[in-house]
Amino acid sequence: MDTMAAIKQTFFQECEEQLAELEDGLLTIEREEGDVETINAVFRAVHSIKGGAGAFGLDALVRFAHTFETTLDGMRSGRIEITQQIIKLMLRSADVLSDLVRISRDGGAADEARVAQMTEELQKACGIEPAPAAPAAAAPAAAPVAIEPVEGAALVPDEFGFVPTPVHFDFADEQPEEPQVDEFGFAPVKIDFDELLAEDASHTEGFEIRFRPKPELYAKANDALRLLRELGRMGEMEVTCDYSSLPHLDAIDPEGAYFDWTIKLKTDGTEAAVREIFEFVEFDCDLEVRPLISGFVEAPEEAEKVVKEVLAQVAAEEQAEKAVAPVAAAPVFEVKPAAPAPEPVAAPVQEAAPAVAAAPAAPAANAAAAASAPAPSATIRVDLDRVDRLIDLVGELVINQSMLAQRVMEAGIARLSDVAVGLDDLEHLTREIQDSVMAIRAQPVRPIFQRMSRVVREVADMTGKSVRLITEGENCEVDKTVIERLADPLTHMIRNAIDHGIEKPEDRIAKGKPEQGVVRMIAAHRSGRVVIEVADDGAGINRQRVRDIAVKKGIISPDAQLTDAEIDDLIFAPGFSTAEKISDVSGRGVGMDVVRRSIQALGGRISISSRPGQGTTFTLSLPLTLAVLDGMVVTVAGQTLVVPLSTIVETLQPKESDIHGLGEKARVIAIRGSFIPLIDVGAVLGYREVEADPVQSVAVMVETENQSQCALMVDAIIGQQQVVIKSLETNYGHVFGVAAATILGDGRVAVILDVDAIVAGSRTEMARIDANRKRNAA
Amino acid sequence: MTQLHEQSVAGANNELIAFRLGQQEFCVDIMSVRDIRGWTPTTPLPHSEHYVKGVINLRGAVLPVVDLAARLGFTPADPTPRHVIIITQVGRQTIGLLVDAVSDILTVESSSIQATPNVASELARSFMKGVIAMEGRMISLIALDSVLTHNQSGSGLLN
Repeated sequence: MDTMAAIKQTFFQECEEQLAELEDGLLTIEREEGDVETINAVFRAVHSIKGGAGAFGLDALVRFAHTFETTLDGMRSGRIEITQQIIKLMLRSADVLSDLVRISRDGGAADEARVAQMTEELQKACGIEPAPAAPAAAAPAAAPVAIEPVEGAALVPDEFGFVPTPVHFDFADEQPEEPQVDEFGFAPVKIDFDELLAEDASHTEGFEIRFRPKPELYAKANDALRLLRELGRMGEMEVTCDYSSLPHLDAIDPEGAYFDWTIKLKTDGTEAAVREIFEFVEFDCDLEVRPLISGFVEAPEEAEKVVKEVLAQVAAEEQAEKAVAPVAAAPVFEVKPAAPAPEPVAAPVQEAAPAVAAAPAAPAANAAAAASAPAPSATIRVDLDRVDRLIDLVGELVINQSMLAQRVMEAGIARLSDVAVGLDDLEHLTREIQDSVMAIRAQPVRPIFQRMSRVVREVADMTGKSVRLITEGENCEVDKTVIERLADPLTHMIRNAIDHGIEKPEDRIAKGKPEQGVVRMIAAHRSGRVVIEVADDGAGINRQRVRDIAVKKGIISPDAQLTDAEIDDLIFAPGFSTAEKISDVSGRGVGMDVVRRSIQALGGRISISSRPGQGTTFTLSLPLTLAVLDGMVVTVAGQTLVVPLSTIVETLQPKESDIHGLGEKARVIAIRGSFIPLIDVGAVLGYREVEADPVQSVAVMVETENQSQCALMVDAIIGQQQVVIKSLETNYGHVFGVAAATILGDGRVAVILDVDAIVAGSRTEMARIDANRKRNAA
Repeated sequence: MTQLHEQSVAGANNELIAFRLGQQEFCVDIMSVRDIRGWTPTTPLPHSEHYVKGVINLRGAVLPVVDLAARLGFTPADPTPRHVIIITQVGRQTIGLLVDAVSDILTVESSSIQATPNVASELARSFMKGVIAMEGRMISLIALDSVLTHNQSGSGLLN
């Protein structure tokens, strides 16, 4: 992959994160829990996407992001009132933005009409009349207009190139006077607006700039020195540094920021040009720029004195540091990669340069009482293949360790000998490594939950219902692969819940329910698995209708006696779909049977409970990872096999009296009044010719994907164990009755049974048995 | 890998690993050999062909072991600890070949590889690329990819 493509890929990855943050923020605001910082975060997310897209020339994306940003900025400044309508508009815009990002990445055509409509709505929201000919093209010009007067020159420096446009003036007129006072109140003389906007108006003598970096500035590898040096290029400058907030050495946070610079810059440049220098750090520092009309340097001697003091201070601290920690001969900032690595540059900018050069070293090298400073979360991007390789290796390490332990035991070495104790420690370590490595793949379910809020919005819009999604436990962590494969089943369940579950607003009101329906998604860890509940407060399952359809479709016989739970379960039956006409929303030819199958493919289970008039709850139980599986280790005809624990209902020792022959070969076992087919695993897999004696065997009751129960006969149960799943397909191929392989503690390979295939292997007989059982039961 | 292998066979010098099956000698290209290890008990696979001895664990990977004698139509091996498994890489798959013993490493020129004589059994011939005459011995070059011919149903590549 060439470098550009790699960078682009990173950009899209970041986009995903920004989009997630955007949506998260908007939802927080919707719940009225947001504060100014939330709006800022949302704004930043869109701003970052716009910036990156601009770098890659993704014009459509830039245009839309820009319009979006403009509206968000209106919200941020309080010019646009934050109402639920606005939030809804924002959320829909976020969806469009997300689509545009996806299209930019994967190709394909954007829904131009939707984008245009959204753009128009956004522009309306912030009071811009879209230009009739090319609304999108007009946006960049129009946007700063909307932002500028309110913000003052404070925050959107990239847009300042547009300031001296007449349009600006129009808008400024419409705005309350106050912001202008903010912006221009610093001027010591009264400046006429026209004059200010005139071409030469910005040619003041210079500016006084107050620049206070925040720790984030350094954390993002920006350097105050560079910025100051850049400023120095604009003209003559005087730099003073206020280091009064610098704490004592032992209280210093090495990643903190303590300096407050005041720069008096004599320049012909415009304020916009000054601000442009700080463009990339605008959120990470406090910046004030005021025009300096006269008296550029009032007291140069004093300034010089201050600079000298700073220099002395820094030098002293470096001395002290060396004295205190001679080991860390290298400056601390080099040890801490998160801190900026200021170059101890001598390159003179102006006469103030030495101070400037030395000063950034100080905040980096020093520590602070900046406990309040939010530390950026330290994350790295790693190729998934590398992680998987690591997981494989650790799996081997675990196997190797247990083999070694077994060998040592066999060699008759005493339990308390140094070797055995050392091995115990090794075991602990390897287990810990395994857990930690598995945790790398674990990801919070948050992104998938966020995607669902979009599904809810869309489906609610389509069906004309009012629905709110409440999520809980978004921080629950599951294997990345599980998360990825959850999207489709969850989408389907949410669609179903809204389309079939939640009633129309008028029906809800008639029933005395709140007009707005609620869909809850709750994730939680429960005994080594993750459980996700999708619940609606709708009408519940119409059992009579479900039953009628099942009869009509031949899934059950008209005289079948079914419990409520069994009727509810029918919606998972293949070929069952309650939608009488195929609707746009949930009737896409896939039914809940597909959902069940995809959940089962993940080693999970799905169940349903419904209360008429109160709603339906789907419960998914999923393994935390796909790399390991909880299995029951059994022996059959001298072979060790693993039965996935998720399929096992119970195990029992058959009694002679419970076994009944049925037909020529088939046998069933009577359990609590029902007859369950008995399958000899050894015979099905071809390990033995003659079927084993059931009384000498153990019956493992399993439940298959179509909910039928079977008893698998095995010779003995060895125990329960978590096993690492190894593919047989890689080097061999698919084997009937085998789902995968694993490596046991002794280093031998054991196969993991594919319970469904084994049961299906005797399906012909099963069908007969089933028929008989039904007759018996009836 | 396979391409590399083909090229090296076509090139001037080929390094080959020779091994015995009963009284006969065979060889495979050294470039496709990943490892040589002593016999370890295998885990039989259900419904596998008679020449698939089962699967073993090689540093965390699960790979099948083929009884080459049985595959060539000889008497199936009765593995003892003295038997050897040659781990070979064929395409993207890694498989083990169960043989009696590794005998030699040969360097031969491509020109000295002769076409398989028209006398051997049809089955054995289909797995051979050619024969090499060396010091009065005849060594047959195994065509690894045909040992592992994919079967049409796609289930069990070695079936």
